[in-house]
Amino acid sequence: MYFLKREPRIDFLGRRGLAGIVSAVLIVIGIVSLGVRGLAFGIDFTGGTLVEVSYEETVEASSVRDLIAKAGFESALVQYFGTSKDILVRLPASAVEDAAQVSSRIMVALRSPYKETLVTSASGDLQQCLSYGGASGRCAVQMRRVEFVGPQVGEELTQKGGLAMLYALLGILIYVSWRFEWRFAIGAVAALVHDVLITVGVFSVLGLEFSLPVLAAILAVIGYSLNDTIVVFDRVRENFRKMRRGTPIEIMNVSVNQTLSRTLLTSLTTLLVVLTLLTIGGEVINGFATALLVGVLVGTYSSIFIANPAVLVLGISREAMLPVKKEGAEADALP
Amino acid sequence: MLNRYGWWQWLIIVGVIVPGIFFALPNLFGDDPGIQVRGSRGTALSSVDFDRLKALVAEPESGLIRASLDEKGASFRFSTPGAQLKARDRFESELKDRYTIALTLLPAAPAWFESMSARPMYLGLDLRGGVHFLMEVDMDGAIRRMEERYVADLRSTLRTANVRHRGVRRKSEGGIVITLRTVSDQDKARETILRELPDLELTGVQEGAPDRVLAHLSQRAKDELSEFALEQNITALRNRIDELGVAEPVVQRQGDRRIVVQLPGVQDTARAKRILGRTATLEMMLVDEEHNLDSAVTGSPPPGSRIFYMRDGRPILLKNRVMYSGDNIVDAAASIDTQTGGPIVSITLDAAGARINQRVTGKNIGKRMAVLYIETRSKIKTDAQGRPQKGPQGRTLRTSQRIEEVITAPVIRDQLGKRFQIEGLDSVTEGQDLALMLRAGSLAAPVEIIEERTVGPSLGQANISQGFRSVVIGFGLVLIFMFIYYRTFGLFANVALALNLVLMVAVLSVFQATLTLPGVAGIVLTVGMAVDANVLIFERIREELGNGNSPQASIHMGYNRAMSTIVDANITTLIAALVLFNFGTGPIKGFAITLSIGIVTSMFTAIVLTRGLVNLFYGGRRVDKLAI
Repeated sequence: MYFLKREPRIDFLGRRGLAGIVSAVLIVIGIVSLGVRGLAFGIDFTGGTLVEVSYEETVEASSVRDLIAKAGFESALVQYFGTSKDILVRLPASAVEDAAQVSSRIMVALRSPYKETLVTSASGDLQQCLSYGGASGRCAVQMRRVEFVGPQVGEELTQKGGLAMLYALLGILIYVSWRFEWRFAIGAVAALVHDVLITVGVFSVLGLEFSLPVLAAILAVIGYSLNDTIVVFDRVRENFRKMRRGTPIEIMNVSVNQTLSRTLLTSLTTLLVVLTLLTIGGEVINGFATALLVGVLVGTYSSIFIANPAVLVLGISREAMLPVKKEGAEADALP
Repeated sequence: MLNRYGWWQWLIIVGVIVPGIFFALPNLFGDDPGIQVRGSRGTALSSVDFDRLKALVAEPESGLIRASLDEKGASFRFSTPGAQLKARDRFESELKDRYTIALTLLPAAPAWFESMSARPMYLGLDLRGGVHFLMEVDMDGAIRRMEERYVADLRSTLRTANVRHRGVRRKSEGGIVITLRTVSDQDKARETILRELPDLELTGVQEGAPDRVLAHLSQRAKDELSEFALEQNITALRNRIDELGVAEPVVQRQGDRRIVVQLPGVQDTARAKRILGRTATLEMMLVDEEHNLDSAVTGSPPPGSRIFYMRDGRPILLKNRVMYSGDNIVDAAASIDTQTGGPIVSITLDAAGARINQRVTGKNIGKRMAVLYIETRSKIKTDAQGRPQKGPQGRTLRTSQRIEEVITAPVIRDQLGKRFQIEGLDSVTEGQDLALMLRAGSLAAPVEIIEERTVGPSLGQANISQGFRSVVIGFGLVLIFMFIYYRTFGLFANVALALNLVLMVAVLSVFQATLTLPGVAGIVLTVGMAVDANVLIFERIREELGNGNSPQASIHMGYNRAMSTIVDANITTLIAALVLFNFGTGPIKGFAITLSIGIVTSMFTAIVLTRGLVNLFYGGRRVDKLAI
């Protein structure tokens, strides 16, 4: 089977102006949104407490909210998580005496209407409770997840996250400069920054939670998009050496067209698994999969429309791409 | 263009695939309900005791599958959870509280797998359920306490050396000030301090204050103290966790002031937090009955005594001298007083404590002795928005609060010895917690939980099944797609993809790297991305065929030309994955690990293995057409 019956001859580089405008608009929207709305940082970065519980029966979020407010946590955010039997409680970082104990106090408050206390539970089983009457059985309120992040940990993560992004870009810049040429390195990094800005922008515009897994997904997107870009660059380099005639624009167009079916194929298989994660990976993995979905789409686009024009703008020429005189391996290829 | 592999190339393929399958196999067997018996506080389980336990579950009805003993302790596997619980009760009544007995899940793979160190993957807490704590040790608090001790030491050292002083006190910002009675004693004081207390450093004489000596702890002493406090805290935390009865707990230092604690299977995080984070200890003091309490409260307390408060808020005057403290306690057990029905803690002292106890109580029959409960709580200083405040070196500032309460102050009726009991506790739970903390030893410096991640058992189970489903479905979709698109070559790629999955599982199992939910997502993502190398190669082969090359030549050139692209593309992805690994905490690290492993294993399967399959199928003969 073939997607493209014959090698296509699409003038990708000719549309670089249009692509530049589209990307610039998307990035500006993202940046404006970041400035105005900001990012909905998860507690991994802000610090705070998160408690997820599930009930046997459907439960009113408002009654749960009242319960928690009565326990002294008026600032708690209570919402359904997936179904109307699952409740997620979020609390911002607070200066209370024992911040780590907040989650325990919330659990006690949630269990109080059922007059039960946790006794024991084995891995894989439901939690067992003891009711005040003395009977034991499975708890009406099942604790599913508790996360508490102290303010100093959140602050460190934010710093480290930003640094990680920078280090990844720097490492790539060095490697690509070494294997290709500095213009290609900058072109690749420009495409990556483009992808990151748009993905983060989408999270800001849609108000999606920006958690630690989302940051991990963005770093994975950096890896993925780079993969795509490198494949195209590799072909550009090869064609610069192979095609005696032709302007850099022509060479790049041919290269993008030659690798087009591969780019589409790999994006497709990756999208298949990302969509699988998004649909059945569960709520916890949702933000992660969303970031991957956006990133893979934008990454594919940028390796075609952004990376090459960036190299072009930097003034690539045939001379720069000719094999460097080296001893040994390459010496016999020279006349 | 023969396209054939030599024998050594096949040897490499077989040499990777066969062990790969072997080490991945233990993951197929699942778990048995089990019991782990470990020695607590450094003692090992003796083989005699192991045999006693084995005898308890010897009859066939007990459901024992297998029992084994290694350096970490004994493991018992049972056929049903019911049998597991019954055996636990028997073990507990047989061994009382000499060992830690914990319920757990043990790999069900046949024993000979384990003997060849083939174990299933190590699942992270988000998959198996449990608690993860990150704790920070309050080193400034430890240094403050050390300086307070040096204030007392300085007083006595100067007294013995006949250097008279007006006072020795600790400055609130750190450091110790000694005010001398006569300026001429300056040299003598300095000499004495440097000789007797080498951990102190002295600053030069201050302008305008010739009678003062300024001392502070040397950097070396501070470093040693930090190191000691961290190690001591880790030991104390281990002991406390042993008391909780957790299978496979992890207590590890992270950096120079943090400790990671992981408790698989623990759900009652409230109790775990109460027990791990507290620095409670006891001090025994005599009640000062010679002086009037009321005048001490309104005026100033007499020298050598201090005002303390009982739990109900009543003041009490105690003599400053501590008879003995929690450090002298070797054992403590909580129970209920048969006469009053109130909670009590029975305490056993070490030899030194017992001697002091005998002497002091013997001399003071009819007087009162107070049990002082001391707890230090440390808390981050925050501003109005709840953000942590930073000190000059960028460190988070903390305030520590010392709670001192007199639990009880009974009249000494008899001379006491090695054992005695404490009454006046609030509840049975408090008695149990206090006994536990006294047994496990006190923390050298206050700790605070700065991160908690708890996953309940049902969510852990859901995460496993959802993760497993994602892998299967994502994998299935890619297999179908590759077959439709590349036909025979698609099948080669699919075999490579399947073996890539096997190899990833094998590598994760061998290194016992923690598999987390994001780690599973990394596996799924790798499945989608691993075909990239094959897509590159196959597209290249199609291209070469289109250029009019023979099938054999196209295969050869396709593999060769795609090589540098694949390597470049994978190395750059690996750079991103390694950065992620370095930055990562817990779950994110899991993602970086599977991603990195996947990149390496997929390079092998997609290049070396598929080439082998292609060579086997097409190599060495005349081929007119490729099914690609």
